[in-house]
Amino acid sequence: MSPNTPYCIATKELSLWYGRFQALIGVSVEIKHGLITALIGPSGCGKTTLLRCFNRVNERYGNVTTTGEIRVLGKNIYDPDVSLIELRKAVGMVFQRPNPLPISVYENVVFGLRIHSPARSLTRSALDEAVERALTEVGLWEDLKDRLHRKGTALQLEQQQKLCIARLLPLKPRLILMDEPCSSLDVEGTRAIEELMFALKGQYTIVIVTHNMAQARRASDECLFMLMGELIEHRRTEDLFLTPQDHRTAEYIEGRYG
Amino acid sequence: MDTQPIPERAPVVRPRRSPWAVRGEWLLELIIRFCGISAVLFVLAIFFFVFREAFPVLGREGFSLTQFLFSSEWYPTSATHVRYGTWALTVGSFSVTALAMIIAVPFGLGAAIFVSEFCGPRLREVLKIVIELLAAIPSVVWGFIGLTVMSKLIVDLTGAPVGVNLLNGGLILALMSVPIIVSIGEDALKAVPDSYREAGLALGATRWQLVYRVLLPAAKNGLLAAVLLGVGRAVGETMAVLMATGHAVHIPLGVLDSVRTLTANIAAELGEAPAGSDHYRVLFLTGVLLFSITFVVNLTADLVIRGIRRK
Repeated sequence: MSPNTPYCIATKELSLWYGRFQALIGVSVEIKHGLITALIGPSGCGKTTLLRCFNRVNERYGNVTTTGEIRVLGKNIYDPDVSLIELRKAVGMVFQRPNPLPISVYENVVFGLRIHSPARSLTRSALDEAVERALTEVGLWEDLKDRLHRKGTALQLEQQQKLCIARLLPLKPRLILMDEPCSSLDVEGTRAIEELMFALKGQYTIVIVTHNMAQARRASDECLFMLMGELIEHRRTEDLFLTPQDHRTAEYIEGRYG
Repeated sequence: MDTQPIPERAPVVRPRRSPWAVRGEWLLELIIRFCGISAVLFVLAIFFFVFREAFPVLGREGFSLTQFLFSSEWYPTSATHVRYGTWALTVGSFSVTALAMIIAVPFGLGAAIFVSEFCGPRLREVLKIVIELLAAIPSVVWGFIGLTVMSKLIVDLTGAPVGVNLLNGGLILALMSVPIIVSIGEDALKAVPDSYREAGLALGATRWQLVYRVLLPAAKNGLLAAVLLGVGRAVGETMAVLMATGHAVHIPLGVLDSVRTLTANIAAELGEAPAGSDHYRVLFLTGVLLFSITFVVNLTADLVIRGIRRK
């Protein structure tokens, strides 16, 4: 997958059905490299569905049909020669509820390396280094360096969510998808995750679904507003909030509905 | 929340309930309470009665507990020299159980993983019904199958002189424990939160990596409990092993040797031992031994299951 394309993600006329219910209607969107792009909109507008298209985790429900095109890093991810494993390696995902695996902190971080590389190529020192680098990058190293063998599920929620971000990093993803990553965190935790997003921006492209308009406003560069499965507006965050073009966007950010 | 001053309440006039309703409720509560603790009472009572029948033999001259536990000479009706050694029976029980588990555990866990993770919803329903059906077959029918079908097969395939032996009993017991292992194992896998699966998949794990790197560690306690319950089933089974193992008191040297288990021994001999005789009491003591073994197995399973819940 070559990085020399203008956009990190580009969809064309993307429609998606769960059974007979159409959740996305002709969405065409272009998401730029290195920015934080927020997806906003009321519940059920399809923002999480759109996010979950980008690494094809939607497909595990079986009754999903998709039409249109999704190019991630210049490559149509529905091409028959695309390997789901490679795609998901390049596109990391953070979920609404922190979901570290019930194994040690250390093993959580190296999980990706273990499943993607032959066992012989992983030396102890390489793994140790990967763990230190990833945990340092998310700001957990100082807190956890003496507790690497505790269970990941025993940490505080904020730390769990940071761990979920840290475990993506050893795979060197190009793109990180975040599905309401702060919705189960308190104010401090939310701030910590947002600061982490700022630190990671540039190096990684981040797409974040959020329910919290204030968060979209303070933490994103570009913003997409969706309603009833359609993309209504996609602009720079400041512009979208100050001078919305579409009256539905305006009404939503004023809080008339949603 | 704001705290509002609580307004002064007018005295409530309650409709009085009839004394029968009050008494009825009291009685109902008593009955439910009894149902709740009855299980404990029954277990204690069973232990008490079995032990009471067995107890007098312990002090009897010529009876030694060490011999009972560790001698393999079981001659309860010898005219000259009666000996009660259950070691061969214990070994018989354990070897049949071990063989059954060697066969049943990979099969059972494999089936549990397939049913819970790999097969489609329709096939899953069919499989679950069939597996439950397998669990509902009475053990004497399994014994029949062992005695006729299986024993003929074993003689034909291995050339063993008799078809009723350790291998036969182990196979029959394996078939009987697989449904338990599958259904409890599947429950354990289903109890793994879906978010773990999503986490693994989103990191690019294949289905098989998901199973052995995520699901097996996450469900290991439940799966262990499934195996232990299967063991409990196999140790306690009587009728099928009585019919399928050949009933020879003998420490087996290979899978084609006939054996006798603790359970089968009690079932076969109790009817012929005069009530109150030493033989009769020793059989009850064998019951106590068996009870202790299954108790330890079930207790372990229970503690392990409790271990899962705490996490």
